[in-house]
Amino acid sequence: MIKKILLFVVLLSLTLSVTAGAAVTALVLDGSTTVGPVAKTFAAYFTKKYGVRVTVSESGSGNGAKSLINGSCTIATMSRAMKEAELAAARQKGVNPVASVVALDGLAMVVHPANPVRSLTKAQISSIYRGTITNWREVGGPNASIVVIQRESNSGTEESFKELVVGKGVQITGRAETQSSNGSVKSRVSSTLSAIGFLGHGFVDRSVKVIAVNGILPTVATVKNGTYPVSRPLYFYTNGQPAGLVKQFVDLPKTAEGKRMITELGFINR
Amino acid sequence: MAGESEGECNRTNAFVVSARKRAMQNVAKRAGEGMLFAVASFVAVIVLFIFYFVARDAVPFFQIRGFSEFFTSSNWYPADDPAQFGALAIIYGSLMVTLGSALIAVPMGVAAAICLSDILPFSVRQYAKPVIEMLAAIPSVAFGFFALVILAPLLQNNGGPLLMWAWWILVSPFMLLAVIVISDLLTTKITEPKRRQQLHLFFMIFLGLLSVFLLFKVGTVLYGIQILTGTNALNVSIILSFMALPTIVSVSEDALQAVGRDIREGSYALGATRAETILKTVLPAGSSGILAAVILGIMRALGETMVVWMASGNSSQIPEPWFNYLQAIRTLTATIAGDMGEADQVTGSARFHVLFAMGLLLLVISFISNLVSERIVVRQRKILSGQ
Repeated sequence: MIKKILLFVVLLSLTLSVTAGAAVTALVLDGSTTVGPVAKTFAAYFTKKYGVRVTVSESGSGNGAKSLINGSCTIATMSRAMKEAELAAARQKGVNPVASVVALDGLAMVVHPANPVRSLTKAQISSIYRGTITNWREVGGPNASIVVIQRESNSGTEESFKELVVGKGVQITGRAETQSSNGSVKSRVSSTLSAIGFLGHGFVDRSVKVIAVNGILPTVATVKNGTYPVSRPLYFYTNGQPAGLVKQFVDLPKTAEGKRMITELGFINR
Repeated sequence: MAGESEGECNRTNAFVVSARKRAMQNVAKRAGEGMLFAVASFVAVIVLFIFYFVARDAVPFFQIRGFSEFFTSSNWYPADDPAQFGALAIIYGSLMVTLGSALIAVPMGVAAAICLSDILPFSVRQYAKPVIEMLAAIPSVAFGFFALVILAPLLQNNGGPLLMWAWWILVSPFMLLAVIVISDLLTTKITEPKRRQQLHLFFMIFLGLLSVFLLFKVGTVLYGIQILTGTNALNVSIILSFMALPTIVSVSEDALQAVGRDIREGSYALGATRAETILKTVLPAGSSGILAAVILGIMRALGETMVVWMASGNSSQIPEPWFNYLQAIRTLTATIAGDMGEADQVTGSARFHVLFAMGLLLLVISFISNLVSERIVVRQRKILSGQ
């Protein structure tokens, strides 16, 4: 008998704590790995300031959209805009996705500092990665084979690079070397004379040379006004117009503190 | 007198065991043997379990995609839409670096083992062997970091001269040996001593000049090579051979030691020189152990992941021409490590199962080579024992 009472008490307190926990865990974020750092920093800041627990999952932009449509997250973080098919699926389920831009991210094309090439067109870069241009001579450089460096297939940066430059459904040449992080791409490019690679804007430093795409260098200004062609906005997607805590979270990029965090992480404020 | 009989009594008592005690002893013996058997079979069961679980997740891939694409195509685009899972270039890359590291590590390792066991004085050997074995204690990620940050730029910037020096240093001792042995062999049939000496000298000079010319010519060709990318099959082969060396040296040195003093002394007693003893007696007698060492070393190179992931360049291509070690390649192990994070375990897509198919392939390759080496060792023992 006493055991049963004890069990009951335990169960009751468990249920109570679970419901209490649910009340505190107001925000669930899911989606892009690229937006991950921003989302996590915001989450830590938000928890500290408002005492609200925020969980952040990084399962990819597509999964973020899926989670929002299925109602398993409050905010979907995405490094691309929602596709038509996703919007249609959302409408069917009675979900109304509303986008708000978190920050901008420019992908810098980088080469060895000793490489004389200063600028490439988007078409040239695409040809280099498709393997149709294989020598720097063909794009106004010295007579040397191009060492093409890309990221692993699980990289969000790789995905957006493919989408923005190479073109969807086009295969990158098998000759391309694959590196597992922004850091190792930088290390390879900075030590290989005839290499070309791409880095998130926040990772660029003096060990590599950034080349202009279509004559435009990625700077805060050119990414901001959209003239730099290899940049993309990063999004928070909510179901309907955000309100309350969700609105406060989504509006963080507009506050001075939020802007500071975004800049520190190497992203560009809108 | 009484004390003596008592002592005798005690002595006999020590050997007379009661039926109950004997039963207890029997049980204890059974229990001990059973436990040892359980531990031994546990290891075997683990191997079987690994085989089972890897195969269980590998089979769905072949059910979805069939065999031909995986083994015949070099198009590795697992993330694209539609995805392509051609692993031929990746399998080739794995075999290529394994062969490359074996080519470097086996001659060096066996030579070092002979030197340690038969040539160096005992006091030097005592210190040299632990130092070589220390190589095995260096973590593979440290090797990988070295390959990526130091060896790769070095190969890019000074690749040609480095290759030339490596060629000279590594090949000239073998050339010298070959010149001596070949001129010896060419003149053994001649019975007249004076004529033989003259001819011997002539062959030595002729072959010596030829080999110096060859050394120089190949050296200049190598000097002119410009290595485009330092993260290539050569870089990985060099590093992997360093990692396989301690195993090869240590195990084959043990095998040579196990040949025994009596056999060596027997050889000397028959009038053989030290070189003849080593080449014609010690090496054949220890060959099965050396082969086991080589297989162990090669398995180490085939299964290594971290170094190849960091330093092979990871491009899924078959180099052109096919023996070009100066191009980037991709291996099975690195592909498994690199793609694991993205592969979708929940939906169990082809992309997830293809990694297990690669794991199964690695398992099968090492299983077969272990089996083959086992057979060779057994046969060698039979031949040596005169059966």
